[in-house]
Amino acid sequence: MSAKAEIEIIERYCKGCAICAEFCPTKVLEMDAFVVKVANADACIACNQCELRCPDFAIKVHKL
Amino acid sequence: MAKKVALLQGNTACALGAVYAGCTFFGGYPITPSTEVAEVMSEELPKVGGKFIQMEDEIAAMASVIGASLTGAKTLTATSGPGVSLKQELIGYACIAETPCVIINVMRGGPSTGMPTGPGQSDVMQARWGTHGDHAAIAVAPASCQEIFSETVRAFNLAEKYRMPVQVLYDEIVGHMRERIEFPEPGELEVIDRAAPTCSPEDYKPYDAKSDTDVPPLAAFGSEYRFHVTGLNKAADGFPTTKASLVDFEERRQIAKVECPEARADIESNEEYLCDDADVIILAYGSTSRSARYAVNELRAEGIKAGLFRPITLWPFPEKRVAELGKQVKAIVLPEMNLGQMIFEVERIVKNDCKLAGVHRVDGEPINPGQIIDQVKEVI
Amino acid sequence: MAYDYEKSIRPGKLPHIWCPGCGHGIVMKGLIRAMDTCGLEKNNTAIVSGIGCASRLPGYMDFCTLHTAHGRAAAFATGVKMAKPEMNVIVCGGDGDGTAIGGNHFIHACRRNIDMTYVLLNNHIYGMTGGQFSPCTPTGAKASTTPYGNPDPIFDISKLAIGAGATFVARTTAFHATQIDKLIAEGIKHKGMSVIEVVDDCPTTYGRRNKFRSVVDMMKVLKDTAVPVAAASKMTAEQLEGKILTGVLYQEDKPEYCAQYKQVIARAQG
Repeated sequence: MSAKAEIEIIERYCKGCAICAEFCPTKVLEMDAFVVKVANADACIACNQCELRCPDFAIKVHKL
Repeated sequence: MAKKVALLQGNTACALGAVYAGCTFFGGYPITPSTEVAEVMSEELPKVGGKFIQMEDEIAAMASVIGASLTGAKTLTATSGPGVSLKQELIGYACIAETPCVIINVMRGGPSTGMPTGPGQSDVMQARWGTHGDHAAIAVAPASCQEIFSETVRAFNLAEKYRMPVQVLYDEIVGHMRERIEFPEPGELEVIDRAAPTCSPEDYKPYDAKSDTDVPPLAAFGSEYRFHVTGLNKAADGFPTTKASLVDFEERRQIAKVECPEARADIESNEEYLCDDADVIILAYGSTSRSARYAVNELRAEGIKAGLFRPITLWPFPEKRVAELGKQVKAIVLPEMNLGQMIFEVERIVKNDCKLAGVHRVDGEPINPGQIIDQVKEVI
Repeated sequence: MAYDYEKSIRPGKLPHIWCPGCGHGIVMKGLIRAMDTCGLEKNNTAIVSGIGCASRLPGYMDFCTLHTAHGRAAAFATGVKMAKPEMNVIVCGGDGDGTAIGGNHFIHACRRNIDMTYVLLNNHIYGMTGGQFSPCTPTGAKASTTPYGNPDPIFDISKLAIGAGATFVARTTAFHATQIDKLIAEGIKHKGMSVIEVVDDCPTTYGRRNKFRSVVDMMKVLKDTAVPVAAASKMTAEQLEGKILTGVLYQEDKPEYCAQYKQVIARAQG
């Protein structure tokens, strides 16, 4: 399985709410203390849900 | 060519003065004894392509006027004491956001509903200190229908020049009285338009003061200038700040822009009648000054050297001239249709330089010349 | 390329002031996409708000922005729109701001059917002052001023807007991110008063007092209680108990206020 998108995390903006990680259908994201990180990049299906639901403008989904 | 003349009510003169000054937006709410201003504006404004809106309450009327002003329009609202009480929240907003607008207050008694159809002069201090926080105030008080016209024009000029709310205070007597009015020709009275920014849109800051008394130009929403407006303490760029030095500078500048000597000289306007050799001054404003003038004539006929000092600009108060007169005369008599408002301002200024006595009435009846004459004779 | 939000945001203004997990940022992103879809020009668009957490939104947006006094946004916006009808006017704010202190202005803006889009972020609480109950706090819920549970019934904002005369009324939640921009865009395109209620979460002052373990819990509730209007029509009253209807709830073509006033001007000028 290969990633359909590259996820960019702007750590400076992330407030660690975990909405993105929780609702990611393929569990690409994980919480790392107070910021989110890409833990399973290859599983990304480019659904964009994490970006849409990030309240803090901290996620950008670049479709490949 | 003979001038156009008409017999008009003060409130009508006010509305026509506003149109002369270039007002294109009126937001109002009905209240006695100011309602005729709204009625005439509803008729006149659409004729010149302007907008009249009757809002859901006094606060909304004030809000609409500030919103419209930010698009570049000259804006007016008209109300009376209780309505001004409601508007105070947003009069403060217009002060801090430095948004020009004119507020007509056709004064009646109070507190609360009081006597809606009776005259009063009870809003002198409300005009100065009604909204919370430190702020400057400009208020003018015409005494005749002709002067309501010209002072309304001047109120717009001051609002635009100093970028702030300006209040026009006259009481029910002048508001509902009918007098002959000569209409000034276009261009006869000075009309000041809002200064436009000269910098590029990228460099524009809505509160970018060049000095501690400066009035920076206000751009219009919908132009090429884009900016933020807030009621919070803000920096030059218009965005909120809690930085002590910036807050302090802005708070002081917004007062100094009106109260520095140059601005006072520009804003203050007084009438002096037989003051030069006077032993006693009757200091009166608005309709009460008409009784005072009559009293001066009567007293002079009796050999008493009386004079009338009439502030047309109430705020900023003519401190310097009143202080001079206090040193010149034996007494100042101050009639006003309240239980003592301006008299305390005069007391603060003249201290013990001369005697000071008031004539006060709050029963919905005007102060008559006889009352003033009696007080003058008692004081001297 | 990822969607570029920052072209609509004033340089240097992020990160925003909202708490971790507050949905206001999700709504702001939806608003940005909607305004983009509708092609609203920055210089010709005013965003007006009152006071409160949601009312801080305009400060971030690179448009003509007006952060007014508590509750007064709709009245200020009415002045802007009347004076310059060619401008697009967006109003945003919270439930306390819009339906308590600003309730009168809200219903009268609806009644006039003036062409503006009111995005009402309903997080059921006064957040900025620390969590006092609002007209939208559920009965029984805890707030800092309802320590024994809220005795007040709630306002249904959308029903209020419809009853008052708004001609486009829609509702969604902060969880339903793609629906936010679709509905706001429809509201912007609609000629007349449009109200888009976005049911939102306040984890800091509402969630922690009302037994939500996390932001994610609150989002799950938004997800589970939302029922699209089409689906709701096939459900029983019992099944709809405790649910919120989402989607376009009401739409009607009616004369718009500024257009009506244009006719007043035409009549006055004979």
